[in-house]
Amino acid sequence: MLHIVVCIKQVPDTTQVRIDPETNTLVREGIPAIINPFDMPAIEAAMQLKERYGAMVSLLCMGPPQASEALQKALSYGADRAVLLSDRALIGSDTLATSKALSCGVEALGREQPVDLVICGKQTIDGDTAQVGPGIATRLGYAQLTYVGKIEEVDLEKRRIRVRRVLEGAEEVLDAPLPALLTVLKELGEPKYASLPAVIKGLRTSIPVWGAKEIAVNTDEVGLAGSPTQVRRIFAPPQREPGEVISADGEADKIANMILDRIIEAGIVEG
Amino acid sequence: MSDQLERFDVIVAGAGPAGMSAAYLLAKEGLNVIVVERGDFPGSKNVMGGVLYRQPTEQIIPGFWREAPLERHVVETQAWVLTEKAAFKAAHRHEAFAQEPYNSFTVLRARFDKWMAQQVRAAGALIVPETVVEEPIMEGDKVVGVRTGRPDGDLYADVVIAADGVNSLLAQKAGLRKKEIPKNEAALAVKEVIALPREVIEDRFQVSGDQGVTIELYAEATWGMVGTGFIYTNKDSLSVGCGVLISELVERGITPNDLLEHMKAHPAVAPLLEGGETREYLAHLIPEGGLYGMPKLSTHGMLVVGDAAMLVNSMHREGSNLAMTSGKFAAQAVLRAKEWNDFSAESLSYYDQLIRDSFIYKDLYKYRNMSRFFETHPEFFSLYPDLLNEACREMLTVDGVSKRAKQRKIFWDALRKRMPWRMALDFYGAWRSIA
Repeated sequence: MLHIVVCIKQVPDTTQVRIDPETNTLVREGIPAIINPFDMPAIEAAMQLKERYGAMVSLLCMGPPQASEALQKALSYGADRAVLLSDRALIGSDTLATSKALSCGVEALGREQPVDLVICGKQTIDGDTAQVGPGIATRLGYAQLTYVGKIEEVDLEKRRIRVRRVLEGAEEVLDAPLPALLTVLKELGEPKYASLPAVIKGLRTSIPVWGAKEIAVNTDEVGLAGSPTQVRRIFAPPQREPGEVISADGEADKIANMILDRIIEAGIVEG
Repeated sequence: MSDQLERFDVIVAGAGPAGMSAAYLLAKEGLNVIVVERGDFPGSKNVMGGVLYRQPTEQIIPGFWREAPLERHVVETQAWVLTEKAAFKAAHRHEAFAQEPYNSFTVLRARFDKWMAQQVRAAGALIVPETVVEEPIMEGDKVVGVRTGRPDGDLYADVVIAADGVNSLLAQKAGLRKKEIPKNEAALAVKEVIALPREVIEDRFQVSGDQGVTIELYAEATWGMVGTGFIYTNKDSLSVGCGVLISELVERGITPNDLLEHMKAHPAVAPLLEGGETREYLAHLIPEGGLYGMPKLSTHGMLVVGDAAMLVNSMHREGSNLAMTSGKFAAQAVLRAKEWNDFSAESLSYYDQLIRDSFIYKDLYKYRNMSRFFETHPEFFSLYPDLLNEACREMLTVDGVSKRAKQRKIFWDALRKRMPWRMALDFYGAWRSIA
């Protein structure tokens, strides 16, 4: 049976986030925390594979203690277990340190049953770097399959996976050995609206919390100590000036001339 | 995935102030309570002006104010009667309100409800968000559970507490109230949270520390329609809003957004808001049916609380404390029914009795005719505010005319606009409707 690990993150609902113009920090007051929307297709991909091939699905999340709420919810979609990585030593981790911690988490999850597949969302909506998934793959030495829009097939005997990557203007079918790490796109769909018994079961599950010790990570390599990058400033980009609207009651010639005049005025072409 | 669902002692439909109060008290007594909430998280659908009273809240969680996220304690209450260009202001401030344990607080529900949900969970209740309660499950005339919108979503319990808000589907479908609320029994309230620096608020409203001010605005604040406006001070924002009977909005063809912008632009209001940045925009339906709009409060296996039961005192802008108190009474009735293992309509009617013996019923009774009176007497929202402000202007303008002559002018101006006997009747009627 496949062992799939899905990495999820709890993020502030950015449709409701503002940036404080004075301190340049995110205003998180009263803003609900949600499962990173890009992680939803990752959960769904795991559920589809579970249905097709049979699988044990483990959920892994790194964050503060309240992130266990995201895991409780994610469990209701049909995952088998969930673990929260939470430790003071992990606070302040950048993408490098985070991928280190998560890769150790995957290894720890693999102690009971080796991991065949790690699935991540393509990026988070709060950091937007898309670095952590590939970072985990690199550290674990897994095949790295990013921007996956479809999982074509998993061959359990040959231990290979075939996926379709969605690129700008093209699609690419790749075949890779297991274990592999996928970062997935919205094309894989959303988890089905969970049944009430599943939701209740998820809410009643107490989520085990693993710290640096449980995942056997060197504390110099995570948290602030293990983070070469630090966020100096977050700011809202200046609002773009609205463009000029040239109109002359629908008279095309007149409008064309006005535009031409403007181009000549700006010195882009000579009159 | 179709595990057999457990049976609960109590299902609470809706994580508003009424539902959460009942859930908290019942879970604390060890009952197996499930709260079903349609919003993304408990509190996401909750809207109120922003004043929370200490005494009724302490009936639910004693000493809450020492740890809950509150904004400011209210030390000053103002009432403004506006006309297009003028404002007649009355204010009351008392040192007693500045002393612990305080009388009331301004709150931002987003923060307070999150805290409340933590207390309810810690007490042992299960809160299931993103789940709509569609209808009661009936066995004959008995409510035995609820049907939710989720797959395998039927829930069964000894008793259902309908805290599903002003449009309560449960109360309607269990036959406890009429299908649709008449347009003159509901107000549409809109509100903005406008961010301003702490010092600016303290300076503009003459308060210090965590002291706060509430202002209720009348007449031109709602463009002369039946309703009120409000400005409440939070720590670093203002809650600014107004509410008007839907029937009036429809008749005048005014959108709630226009209404609020109109109030914000008033020359007495605008300077208080100047430089502020709108952080949130909220709208909510407020039940204004009062005593006559109140549905049947209980039946076999079900109790109706809060807005679902139309428990709002519009005269004193009290809704959430009536909601919380009704939640408490519901919890008491359920505990008593549990003890006797009797969830019949008769047993649960203890809840009706608790409501009837309390300030809730007494206050709603006192103001039972108020809404209808003001609806039929628009002059209280235009003519009289105008006379009042013009009288003040006349008396305060120094222009060589004697004060006696001015009084005479004010008197005759008033008489031209309304016959004295009509005026006497108006004020007698108004007094009767609120006395």
